[in-house]
Amino acid sequence: MNFTLHIWRQPGRNETGAFETHAVTGISPDLSFLEMLDVLNEELVGRGEAPIAFDHDCREGICGSCAMVINGDPHGPLPGTTTCQLYMRHFDDGAEITVEPWRARAFPVLRDLIVDRGALDAIVQAGGYVSVNSGAAPDAHTVTVAKQAADAAFEAAACIGCGACVAACPNGSAMLFTAAKVVQYALLPQGAPERSRRVIGMVETMDAAGFGNCSNHYACVEACPKEIPLYTIARLNREFLGAALGSREFIELERPHAHEE
Amino acid sequence: MQVPAFDARIPDGPLAAKWQRHRAEVRLVSPTNKRRYRVIVVGSGLAGAAAAASLAELGYRVDCFTFHDSPRRAHSVAAQGGINAAKNYRNDGDSVERLFRDTIKGGDYRSREANVYRLAEVSNQIIDHCVAQGIPFARDYAGYLDNRSFGGAQVSRTFYARGQTGQQLLLGAYGALSRQVQAGQVRLHTRSEMLDLVVDDGVARGIITRRLTDGQIDRHAADAVVLATGGYSNIYYLSTNALASNVTATYRAYRRGAWFANPSFTQIHPTCIPAVENHQSKLTLMSESLRNDGRIWVPQASGDERPPGEIPEAERDYYLERLYPAFGNLSPRDISSRAAKAVCDEGRGVGPTGQGVYLDFSEAIARLGRRVIRDRYGNLFAMYQRITGEDPWRLPMRIYPAAHYTMGGLWVDYDLMTTVPGLFAIGEANFSDHGANRLGASALMQGLADGYFILPQTLGHYLAGHPPGELRTDGGAFVDAEADVERRLARLVAIGGRTPVETFHRRLGELLSEACGMSRSRAGLEQALAEIPALREQFWNDICVCGGSDEFNVVIEKAGRVADYLEFADVMVRDALAREESCGAHFRTEHQTADGEARRNDAAFAHVATWGFGGDGEPPQRATEPLSFAHVQLAERDYRQ
Amino acid sequence: MNRMLRLFRTSIGSKLLVAATGAALIGFLFVHAAGNLLVLKGADALNGYADWLQGHPLLWGFRAGLLLLFAVHIGVSIRLAHENRAARPHRYRRIARLGSRLPGRLMPVSGGLLLAFLVFHLLHLTVRTVGPMVEPLHDGSGRVDVYGLLVAGFSEPWIAAVYVAAMVLLGLHLVHAIEALFQTLGFNHDSYQPLIRVLGPALALLIAGGFASIPLLVLVGVIGGGS
Repeated sequence: MNFTLHIWRQPGRNETGAFETHAVTGISPDLSFLEMLDVLNEELVGRGEAPIAFDHDCREGICGSCAMVINGDPHGPLPGTTTCQLYMRHFDDGAEITVEPWRARAFPVLRDLIVDRGALDAIVQAGGYVSVNSGAAPDAHTVTVAKQAADAAFEAAACIGCGACVAACPNGSAMLFTAAKVVQYALLPQGAPERSRRVIGMVETMDAAGFGNCSNHYACVEACPKEIPLYTIARLNREFLGAALGSREFIELERPHAHEE
Repeated sequence: MQVPAFDARIPDGPLAAKWQRHRAEVRLVSPTNKRRYRVIVVGSGLAGAAAAASLAELGYRVDCFTFHDSPRRAHSVAAQGGINAAKNYRNDGDSVERLFRDTIKGGDYRSREANVYRLAEVSNQIIDHCVAQGIPFARDYAGYLDNRSFGGAQVSRTFYARGQTGQQLLLGAYGALSRQVQAGQVRLHTRSEMLDLVVDDGVARGIITRRLTDGQIDRHAADAVVLATGGYSNIYYLSTNALASNVTATYRAYRRGAWFANPSFTQIHPTCIPAVENHQSKLTLMSESLRNDGRIWVPQASGDERPPGEIPEAERDYYLERLYPAFGNLSPRDISSRAAKAVCDEGRGVGPTGQGVYLDFSEAIARLGRRVIRDRYGNLFAMYQRITGEDPWRLPMRIYPAAHYTMGGLWVDYDLMTTVPGLFAIGEANFSDHGANRLGASALMQGLADGYFILPQTLGHYLAGHPPGELRTDGGAFVDAEADVERRLARLVAIGGRTPVETFHRRLGELLSEACGMSRSRAGLEQALAEIPALREQFWNDICVCGGSDEFNVVIEKAGRVADYLEFADVMVRDALAREESCGAHFRTEHQTADGEARRNDAAFAHVATWGFGGDGEPPQRATEPLSFAHVQLAERDYRQ
Repeated sequence: MNRMLRLFRTSIGSKLLVAATGAALIGFLFVHAAGNLLVLKGADALNGYADWLQGHPLLWGFRAGLLLLFAVHIGVSIRLAHENRAARPHRYRRIARLGSRLPGRLMPVSGGLLLAFLVFHLLHLTVRTVGPMVEPLHDGSGRVDVYGLLVAGFSEPWIAAVYVAAMVLLGLHLVHAIEALFQTLGFNHDSYQPLIRVLGPALALLIAGGFASIPLLVLVGVIGGGS
């Protein structure tokens, strides 16, 4: 198969970028999108040119590294799929393919298709965990958890932190990412004691990191490679409003500082 | 070169009491003194994140390094099937003792009794801790934890979160780490790769890192250094590992005086999606848990090219069930992999390349219904379909073994300290618990045992004996190590060839898969040993890193890792050559029984083989740590009955 | 108080403001539309209702409240839209699939145009400086002849067109707004989400259609034609 690629190239964070056009030929339909880029990169190296930089690692759809917008869709046109698991058989022979980095103020471009997603880590650091020290836990069967709750918590916990939700959102909002983590713990008894702290810390940190506001377009849900459900955002809203209106933590906790740019 | 004593310093007393006793006897650092110590943890996978978080919880100041953009990307995330623990929640006769015996036997009697017993003991604590962290393990309708079976065990002791257990456990550890970052106890260094270890006066003092975003070289000093940098299966090029997984950190430590144990013990996982393409970059694992319900078969006749549905029951060979009736499709990994290779070598392999066997769910779907199968393996089925374009609900899956895990790693004593004082290795980076073959669902167990529960105790013991010093990075050892790193990078930049780094990685991988993969022979290994230096030389003449080292350059990252693989391959092959026996994943064709089973040589090789760096251009030195078995009887590993 | 200030500085708190004021405005629009439809009962009913409103002791309180609702709804929305644009400084060269999300994407546009329409509407029927006037302004009972004003105004095709177009925009605005309202307040569950998906557009159609029917009926002569 043959393709014409229009790829965003940008040498560094503070430098200007532009689209570059490359033709790739003789691509097997059994190659993944990233393997197709590997082929192109080997050609570029053969000509002594810098290959296209992109984040990738596990290549089995679970590490969340790979991140590119393909023809306007984060991770490409297939639902529930990361870029590394997108195969060229899903494209028409001869297709023109536009490849761009995640675009959001909170995700500055570092090089070509690589962006800095550290802001997502900052959100988790603000409370995306249960504060249990190693060695403190009681026997695992001390507390039972209804299967339905455990399954729903798993569904939310499946988030791989790739940032496709932010990339898809016209407002660059990280609500789906934040919601997935908040809801996982909201559904489990282990998450209950820190429920208010967690949602307050994570939402305010999200705001401070330069993400936009959710305006209910739900583009995030369509882009999510792990198909995190939409209800999680509503649940996040409810958790947050409940904590803001009813908890002491909301008055007592320090507000996070704005994210350094 | 001085050869260390390889004294594992195993505590005295009965096996079952050793760890308890050790914990009661180790030196302690007082709470107020802990904050005066700084510890470097390299790696943020299960072992690294768990250790960094647990040490910080205790009050130590921690620097944690990862070359990923976030700790959550570490390759532990990809473990699918589950984590073992001796809870005996199923009332099926499990116990710490039984998990210990299964693991020793699974490792083909090439691991330390005391370490393995401790691992089995700690396993229960891990499950307790992970549940408390809010990890959404699978549960039954009563709300209790569910279990499944894994290869090499006759009890159901594996806890799981659908096919994403590694991800969920890693996110738990990542959460614990994030909490300590927020608390200011851990400084997190993302996109920072360790390129050298700094050893001063025989003691580990720090590391040299390269910041990947701009190439800046930094020196970091600490009172102890912990390597949690994973395994090196990616040396085979096509493996189930992530593409960035590498041997650099442990290999650099080896060059600085840490001895490397059992480098040739590399596990080939039996259930991966077969390779189809020249430019394929990795092999995707399909969780071993699939073997709970899937049946493995090939046609009885070689060259049978009928589609699977047209091959009648009587003309199928369910070879694992036939050869190993007691364990059947749940035979251990080394055995299943070798059996798959054997039937393919007989020309009975399936799929376009002939390198594949069927993993068939039709019987299980008929027995349990689609819904149960979807609940158990839904995401794996979807993944298989996405990658191959074939529907596993209609056609049996095709699978083939692929390089997966390395039992070998830095030699460590009972306290997980390497031969360099102050340098510790945990998780897959050390060699300690799996012997010559790792059982399924025990890698997650070992990584978390080391990180959450063992290292935090034993590291304190070391630190208590070494008063916190002023951490300086301007000493000669730091200057020299940094200069070495700079020189090496400059050499890579200067090559200016036109061959992609991948080309050499691929060639090295092919060479090793052939000579040092599922089966190994003296002739093949000797040939590989002769070919590696030439490949290495070509690499240093022909590659292009296409840019400088002082910028965000993804090629130079990869080049450095492949360069280290090219040197390390030599140690690996030598180890395979020196071990004149077959054990676990190490199968020497010269050492097999009449019916093709592995033949161990306990008289000569019941030891850990360790390798020390002999200097550039010099062969490495081999030494051994004898293994003594007081608790289990050395026996032929038989999964037939 | 600190609690409220802190809440309204967050993204979700800001959206709560927009949602809550929006919900109140939907209530207002519903009553407004119902009142307007008294036009179908004739001049007397409509003028009487208008006169009752005009003379109501709480009229100015009500107007002040309404003004506040609009001000908060619009002000916070503008702030959010501004922040949202800043959060995505670069556009994609290609944008895939927009389809069903169109009403949502058009919220700032439909909102802005509705604001312009609101000004026009107030100038037309409240301040009465735009559009055709009627002589005399008061009906036989001394009440303002709202009925006459409506008929005269909507008999002008361009005024009727402005009103109908604005009501199409209002409908679009409400289709997204009602579903978003529930989502923002935290209500989204398998058990009632399908109901929201149906009732939202139905309510939007009821309100926008109710309003738009009046100029249309005037234009075709059903209203005001016989008198």
